[in-house]
Amino acid sequence: MSGFSQVVRGQAVERPPYPRSPLRYGFIPILMFAHGCAGIQSTLEPTGAEARQIATLFWVMVIGGSVVWLAVIGTLLYAARWKGEPHSAQSAGRLILWGGAIFPAVVLMALLAYALWLMPSLRPQSGEPPSAPLRIEVTGEQFWWRVSYRSKNHEASIASANEIRLPLGQRVEFVLKSSDVIHSFWIPSLGGKMDMIPGRTNRLSLLATKVGIFRGPCAEYCGTSHTLMAFYAMVMDPAAFDIWLEAQSQPSEELASDGKLRFISNGCGSCHTVHGTEATGTLGPDLTHLGSRESLAAGILPNTEEAIRRFIADPDVIKPGSKMPAFRMLPEDDLQAIASYLKGLK
Amino acid sequence: MAGAAAHDDHDHRPKGWIRWVYSTNHKDIGTLYLIFAIMAGIVGGFLSVMMRWELAEPGIQVFHGLASMVYGVEGDAAIDAGKSMYNAFTTAHGLVMIFFMVMPALIGGFANWMVPIMIGAPDMAFPRMNNISFWLLPPAFILLILSAFMPSAPGAHGVGGGWTIYPPLSTSGQPGPAMDLAILSLHIAGASSILGAINFITTIFNMRAPGMTLHKMPLFAWSVLITAFLLLLSLPVLAGGITMLLTDRNFGTTFFAPEGGGDPILFQHLFWFFGHPEVYILILPGFGIVSHIVSTFSKKPVFGYLGMAYAMVAIGAVGFIVWAHHMYTTGLSLDTQRYFVFATMVIAVPTGVKIFSWIATMWGGSISMKTPMIWAIGFIFLFTVGGVTGVQLANAGLDRSMHDTYYVVAHFHYVLSLGAVFAIFAAWYYWFPKMTGYMYSPFIANSHFWITFVGVNLVFFPQHFLGLAGMPRRYIDYPDAFAGWNMVSSYGSYISAFGVLVFLYGVFEAFSKKRVAGANPWGEGATTLEWQLPSPPPFHQWEQLPRIK
Repeated sequence: MSGFSQVVRGQAVERPPYPRSPLRYGFIPILMFAHGCAGIQSTLEPTGAEARQIATLFWVMVIGGSVVWLAVIGTLLYAARWKGEPHSAQSAGRLILWGGAIFPAVVLMALLAYALWLMPSLRPQSGEPPSAPLRIEVTGEQFWWRVSYRSKNHEASIASANEIRLPLGQRVEFVLKSSDVIHSFWIPSLGGKMDMIPGRTNRLSLLATKVGIFRGPCAEYCGTSHTLMAFYAMVMDPAAFDIWLEAQSQPSEELASDGKLRFISNGCGSCHTVHGTEATGTLGPDLTHLGSRESLAAGILPNTEEAIRRFIADPDVIKPGSKMPAFRMLPEDDLQAIASYLKGLK
Repeated sequence: MAGAAAHDDHDHRPKGWIRWVYSTNHKDIGTLYLIFAIMAGIVGGFLSVMMRWELAEPGIQVFHGLASMVYGVEGDAAIDAGKSMYNAFTTAHGLVMIFFMVMPALIGGFANWMVPIMIGAPDMAFPRMNNISFWLLPPAFILLILSAFMPSAPGAHGVGGGWTIYPPLSTSGQPGPAMDLAILSLHIAGASSILGAINFITTIFNMRAPGMTLHKMPLFAWSVLITAFLLLLSLPVLAGGITMLLTDRNFGTTFFAPEGGGDPILFQHLFWFFGHPEVYILILPGFGIVSHIVSTFSKKPVFGYLGMAYAMVAIGAVGFIVWAHHMYTTGLSLDTQRYFVFATMVIAVPTGVKIFSWIATMWGGSISMKTPMIWAIGFIFLFTVGGVTGVQLANAGLDRSMHDTYYVVAHFHYVLSLGAVFAIFAAWYYWFPKMTGYMYSPFIANSHFWITFVGVNLVFFPQHFLGLAGMPRRYIDYPDAFAGWNMVSSYGSYISAFGVLVFLYGVFEAFSKKRVAGANPWGEGATTLEWQLPSPPPFHQWEQLPRIK
């Protein structure tokens, strides 16, 4: 947890998909102006190289666009109010030519040149896989993220899920795939989004410039629980990141408990992997280091024992459409023991 | 033959329901289209108000109740069904507003009514085809409504995922019959539009009054001609794409399934090859209408008439080669992206020409700020906001942040919901006295404008902020940080809905007060042919063809 524990922004969204009472719908416009454009996933609070350029491009465009719009509307209102002589056909022709054709053409040319000049750096292709020091393969699934790290320091790829950690100041290449429908991978604070398309492999390269926790929502509608498909991206000091990755490549240190037995005997291992045990299923998320993750169930629950227990019992309620069957028929102490075992997998 | 010709007279019109169901009269069919569009608009508007009510606060507060009411599910199942229902609402809202509100209102309604009159023709070229064009729409609409009650994904009803219906979510993702019904609905609505387009092209090319060359034709007729060509060239591509969806779903083909050698991106190319011209189909008739209104109330012909006409031709033509700017996030190569950025920005130039032609026309002289003119100026005001954000989104780099967020939702509602809809209301208040013979209350009509203007800006301007703050589209729920502007946006939607009630009351009031409008209520500026006829025009007009100097 070192490296980002000082960051308090980006707490997991604690609200499960339970409805609020319709009566709670009130008529109090509370603090509406206090929120504005800020947030844990704002494009305008860039913390990555790409996002910074996008934000700059946005401000250039928005200022330029506002000036043009004000000029056009100003002219329009002036024309509508002014009681002087109408234009002759000739002077109207000049106005249309200069105002309507040449002026926008010149402004657009300048904008186009700027945008095209920026473009290569907005989507850098960071070479072929071996040359990238760190490659993270993310596969979109309904409704979670399969994550796999490939670092030049490690022979094998390191499996994880629903959370992404990046080293500060190092370019990371993302390899984006999908196993079912189209999803879209997006960390607004770090850069633009890229679709995950079945049958295709897309690449995205990001360079984080600030330590912190940033939220990434799925940005392409992918089914009933699309709203409930998010993740947290944690930018860490490179040294802390290396320690963390090394730990991830090893099985978790287990606390003494009989939860592991119950985890295995109830068949959890046919879909989930916990390295160092006989649980080697790959249908569901890898749980080897579940206890150390920031959030649960693809960014929608806080990572607590109670939340793990609830998810095991009622995944169909917490995340409708998820492939995990409900285990609410298990005895309460089984649920509790498994939850406490999983929370202990740091 | 002479006997047959002499047989026609003014009072020869069918009576009762036969007049409407069997109608071959362009004005009656236009009226049917307008009534249909108003009803579909109320349905589509209801869907959007429900969505805004849901989004007013974080959490789920409306749709689980709606789902248990409509689908009879209870408890947790109601929450699941509610989430799917929300997305079925977004899909239905988009499809209803595009195919069953804006297109029927502008093309089927106003163009059917006014194009034959404006070009001095007695009727459309193929009156019976005109009848079937309209009568294909109600079954298409019924199919779409039915699809909302059919199963789609397990535990869900109605087509989710938006009007773009991207596979694999629309193939393997939603196996139930809802998607099939929606596809058939689009097929029928598309056939209706293609028949209409053939009719308009033939009418405009062959039935102009003697002396009316293409270069003397009113701009609204120009805009409809170009729109008809866009429909004719783009709808078959949509029909092909959704037919492939249908066979992928039901007959084991794999056009869009990678496991069988297909590609989901193929559908996106086909869809947007139709989809981008489609958005110009929605706005070009509005350009024509605004040109007439600006000219009428400035009491001057439109400056740069030919430039206006050919600017629309240019917009229509370039509209066919910019489609992949909807697909910047799919992994297009850098050079492909560069081309589409460039081509998209080119469209801003003919659009600029049009805006400045309107400004030059308004310049000087005495403008009368009657209701249609207020709506037309509102159109220019709001459409240019959408135009500016459009140029921003044309940038691939910026778009990869804004794509599928509320920024895009705000952008396309500024050009369509505010642009096209303001053009529709401008046309309504411009031609209502001509079509019905009655004058509406300017006070109610102007109130309608101001309520709508305030309402829609409250709905959509804050959505720019939400998009920038990272709120994606198609989310029934959102982190609390987005709550403030969502609340504002929802209040705006209630205000806009109130505006619709004011509109309906205004129509009712006009029909009950029966203030006679006269042949030309707008004075010397109204020079096109429809103002030379009485209001309402006779059942058959131009039995003596007008001669254009």
